[in-house]
Amino acid sequence: MITLSDVSKTFTLHNQGSAVIEVLTGVDLAVASGECVALTGASGAGKSTLMRMIYGNYRAQSGAIRVGGTDLVQAEPREIIRIRRETLGYVSQFLRVVPRVPTLDVVAEPLRVVGVPQDEAQARARALLSQLNIPERLWSLSPTTFSGGEQQRVNIARGFAHAYPAMLLDEPTASLDAANREVVLSLIEEAKARGAAIVGIFHDEAARARVCDREVDVSRFTPARAA
Amino acid sequence: MSDYNFAYLDEQTKRMIRRAILKGLAIPGYQVPFASREMPMPYGWGTGGVQVSAAVLTPEDRFKVIDQGADDTTNAVSIRSFFERTAGVATTTRTHEATVIQTRHRIPEAPLAEGQILVYQVPIPEPLRFLEPRESETRKMHSLEEYGLMHVKLYEDISRHGHIATSYAYPVKVEARYVMDPSPIPKFDNPKLSDCPAIQLFGAGREQRIYALPPFTRVVSLDFEDHPFEPSKADHSCGLCDAADSYLDEVIVDDAGGRMFVCSDTDYCEARQAAGHRGKDAA
Amino acid sequence: MTPLLSVQSITKRYGAHIGCAEVSFDLYPGEVMGIVGESGSGKSTLLNCMAGHLAPDAGTVIFDTRTDGPRDTVTMSEPERRMLGRTDWAFVHQHARDGLRMGVSAGGNVGERLMAVGARHYGDIRDKAVDWLDRVEIAADRVDDRPTTFSGGMQQRLQIARNLVTGPRLVFMDEPTGGLDVSVQARLLDLLRGLVRDMGLSAIIVTHDLAVVRLLADRLMVMKDGHVVESGLTDQVLDDPQHAYTQLLVSSVLQV
Repeated sequence: MITLSDVSKTFTLHNQGSAVIEVLTGVDLAVASGECVALTGASGAGKSTLMRMIYGNYRAQSGAIRVGGTDLVQAEPREIIRIRRETLGYVSQFLRVVPRVPTLDVVAEPLRVVGVPQDEAQARARALLSQLNIPERLWSLSPTTFSGGEQQRVNIARGFAHAYPAMLLDEPTASLDAANREVVLSLIEEAKARGAAIVGIFHDEAARARVCDREVDVSRFTPARAA
Repeated sequence: MSDYNFAYLDEQTKRMIRRAILKGLAIPGYQVPFASREMPMPYGWGTGGVQVSAAVLTPEDRFKVIDQGADDTTNAVSIRSFFERTAGVATTTRTHEATVIQTRHRIPEAPLAEGQILVYQVPIPEPLRFLEPRESETRKMHSLEEYGLMHVKLYEDISRHGHIATSYAYPVKVEARYVMDPSPIPKFDNPKLSDCPAIQLFGAGREQRIYALPPFTRVVSLDFEDHPFEPSKADHSCGLCDAADSYLDEVIVDDAGGRMFVCSDTDYCEARQAAGHRGKDAA
Repeated sequence: MTPLLSVQSITKRYGAHIGCAEVSFDLYPGEVMGIVGESGSGKSTLLNCMAGHLAPDAGTVIFDTRTDGPRDTVTMSEPERRMLGRTDWAFVHQHARDGLRMGVSAGGNVGERLMAVGARHYGDIRDKAVDWLDRVEIAADRVDDRPTTFSGGMQQRLQIARNLVTGPRLVFMDEPTGGLDVSVQARLLDLLRGLVRDMGLSAIIVTHDLAVVRLLADRLMVMKDGHVVESGLTDQVLDDPQHAYTQLLVSSVLQV
């Protein structure tokens, strides 16, 4: 479902003497449907960078990143948008929304953009918000005012609203209490069971051990730093 | 005979105006620019109408002037005497006897006939003026037949008053093409514009525009399907001649609120009185 | 899939000065594209060339018309182009008073485009106007008020209603949130996003506000000195800018 072959990434800082920073090189990775792969490695190894590249957020310098048969490195913006709408979900660590939009609509939106009717989308959003223990009185408010943990849960609800065939999870259990952590892990297990290919970053080792089928150490793709 | 050239204007000027009139007749409702001249009267007193009349008058014509229907107001009398002196043409107050009728803000009640010319005095020829102040833009709107804005004005009327409150200078569409300002005639007169056997010429002196309706032109007053055009008049009969079908002026007769309604068309009223019709206020 | 709008090599010069040069891109149905750049970068010139307000010196702007398929709007006749401007296209000005008739009621403003395409039933026009005021969150009892009595945010929403009432397929926006309070901006952005999604609109938004494009635009074009220096997915251009100027632009934004 997700295949990376010989992918490399450099950042060129034009405004700082055109410094070129090599971040990743020769990345090969394949994630099948129903499989969950954890990215590991020390801080700065490039886990988040790699995740963002799979999402099309960062541009690869070379290689191919295929999601459901489409090479994101070569794809037109509208193809990437279509894949993000239909195929590839992303739970980031940060919630980025239009201020003022009610939480219920924020969670329902991924369903609305793939054409699910308003009622149906909102019903699914309600179910997820209850499951993640967001008090109902908050549903009509904008999540921009919520606490960090609440925002994180809204972000997860949004990420799991649509049944994406492929998902990227960046620290989904961070800053959650035991009960909510359990809900998130079961959501991940459900997604795996219905055949989603998942790439995740988990600092929570117990969680990683429970949901991930294997680990990939990103530091082996990190180029040797020129001294 | 006076020392003036026939009908005051020189022959070149009259030819220029006639060319504008002919063009106007060829494109009914289209505003033709012309080089309006200084006339021995102020703008607003009918300089456009006078120039058009001067251009169409011939020595054989019989000339009539009305001002809001009346032959005996200052404006009507002075324009009539102007052409008596400068053209030496015969004049009349009888609608059916006249060959050229210059009018300010009315169409005579008596039906016009083939061979007659009705000359309107026009203050503002551009019906879109108060909606779109840019002349360059209104000209483009006319040429591209973009007339949505005209209905916006009528929409505003209904939203504010519950009905189309425009009661004079009511916009019309000519031969399903140009939207035209019929000059400030009451909307009661609008139906008479259409299918009229006489030639109708419109002159705006200050604005330097001439437009025209050839005989038997189709002229439709703009409206909405659910707010159709309705010509309206005071719901009375003439106090002097008892006519129920003519446009009436309200006249205050004392300082105790007394009033009477009389025909605005004095010739029509007098003709009816001469034929023996008597209204309730007739002496 | 046919692009809704295909812009090819649009160039506009003001004497020796370049307005915009050799700009090309395709916009597909449902896409929202942002154009960013500093003042004088040519983004407004480009927008006006595409919307038919300015005649480009070279290039084509091919629009997929409903009736005749793809047509070059630069060379089509003016009546046709103006007809597009009242039906399939909409233009939202930065200053609402440039896009509204300030002497005409809110209902008349919304109804004008309907009447321009032949609506002649007062009741229907008014119902549609009230419906659209509701969709842009203006109370129905303001339908007979003039825009001069509206706040800046309301005027901008009224302008949007007036533009969208005929169901256009392509909306040009020139700094639609410029000059509005931040809280009012958020409300407007939310409204625009909802309308774009529900009506399947395509839009081209010119702005210098990177936060606006991040929230509204799928794609982004960065302009400098009349040239497009970088383009791509909005978040990719903003998070991983490749060109020196884009890097400078992104790093210059104050964080709150």
